[in-house]
Amino acid sequence: MKSKITEEISEEKENSEERKRKIVIPGEVIISGDDYLPGEGVRRDGENVVANRFGLAEIMGRVVKVIPLSGAYVPRRNNVVLGRVIDITFNGWLVDIDCPGSGFLPIAESPRFINQHEMDQFLAIGDIIAAKIWGIKGRGIDLTIKGKGLGKLEEGFIFRINPSRVPRVIGREGSMINLIKDNTGCQITVGQNGWIWIRGENIESSLKARKAVEYIADKVYIEGLTEHMEGWFTKN
Amino acid sequence: MTTKRPSGRKASEMREMIAKVGVVPNADGSAIFGFGNTIAIAAVYGPRQLHPQHMQDPSTGILRVNYDLLSFSVSDRKKPGPSRRSQEISKVIGWALLPVLDLKEFPNTVIDVQVYIPQADASTRVAAINAAALALAHAGIPMKDLVSAVSMGKIDKELIVDVDKDEEDYEEGEGATDFPIAKISNSDEFTLLQLDGKIQPELIKEALLMGKEACDKIYDVQKKALKEFVK
Repeated sequence: MKSKITEEISEEKENSEERKRKIVIPGEVIISGDDYLPGEGVRRDGENVVANRFGLAEIMGRVVKVIPLSGAYVPRRNNVVLGRVIDITFNGWLVDIDCPGSGFLPIAESPRFINQHEMDQFLAIGDIIAAKIWGIKGRGIDLTIKGKGLGKLEEGFIFRINPSRVPRVIGREGSMINLIKDNTGCQITVGQNGWIWIRGENIESSLKARKAVEYIADKVYIEGLTEHMEGWFTKN
Repeated sequence: MTTKRPSGRKASEMREMIAKVGVVPNADGSAIFGFGNTIAIAAVYGPRQLHPQHMQDPSTGILRVNYDLLSFSVSDRKKPGPSRRSQEISKVIGWALLPVLDLKEFPNTVIDVQVYIPQADASTRVAAINAAALALAHAGIPMKDLVSAVSMGKIDKELIVDVDKDEEDYEEGEGATDFPIAKISNSDEFTLLQLDGKIQPELIKEALLMGKEACDKIYDVQKKALKEFVK
């Protein structure tokens, strides 16, 4: 009996390399059996492993999870996000990062010393920053701008895509975003909250980069998207 | 058996249903659902920070539903703005949906559901529930299951499924009864039971069984709409 189970598991592992995915809706049974472990967006209901939200079901070895296809951004620790400064308090900045709860950037988290009376010279209301989430407490999200590529974003423009499409835009180990950067020569920062900042040498290249990002966000379900985009750049 | 339905439908025959998700680009989740000439559009925003602050609940997120008829949706112009009726139906829709939602993950937040009826031909609250359930799923809110809703009815002595306006206004014999129900799709639990009119106690059981069958058909339509979101 035991060997049968291990056999099944090893079989499943082989299958998982093909990455069989299917769309599931809340309450739908993804798979039955005691061998599977419910991951994110999935719960166990007796024999069955049931989806808890709408998305793509993925079975990786024994773990079953649901990858979201839509919906609002839910903040996670260590995410890089883009945000807009909406208020200056005595010890930091309040930042709108487009998610439940407001972001707070303490004065101590800025890379250099800033006089409390001249905070608006460093970051004024309306400025856009790239920041990293370093902690999520009951109410409020703590941000930091210490780190490479973080801080105030000047020039260029920002736009939004659906936060669930961000992983595809970045690609495996940044392959996709580097492809766009190489082909357009633009500076691009992608926030996990779906805000994207682009600064290019000229308007044409920045607009092309934006078009590429929006194309990827639209064609998110194609397999082998990086190769597809290489073709896209030679055509356009 | 011939029926008394003005539309000529069979007793258990529903109007043609339409369902589609992702119809409101600015919302986090949205859906349209229609029974024949009744159409409901639902948009979900959030989870997002709840204001005023005193309404915030640190143990869970809350659901806020706003249902309304658009002024051109009915033959006599409906005065725009909230009314007693729309407030009541908003509350009832919220209660019908809450049992399947799990908002513990989002403390101090609110999920706003806006449901509007651009075209009304009775059964608007059940169309609204179906659309709202689809929109919530599309918004990626953790849900145990979907909710399907249908309005049962009785004209004279006959039980019918999916009441339209002519049937709602039926006056002969015992008159018309409107009996909207909502059911959790993969279980036999009901989340909404309302009754307007007269019905024999023994008929209620029969009506619920008929309603269950109708809900299964609606669930298939909802399921299809969500799966088709990804072409």
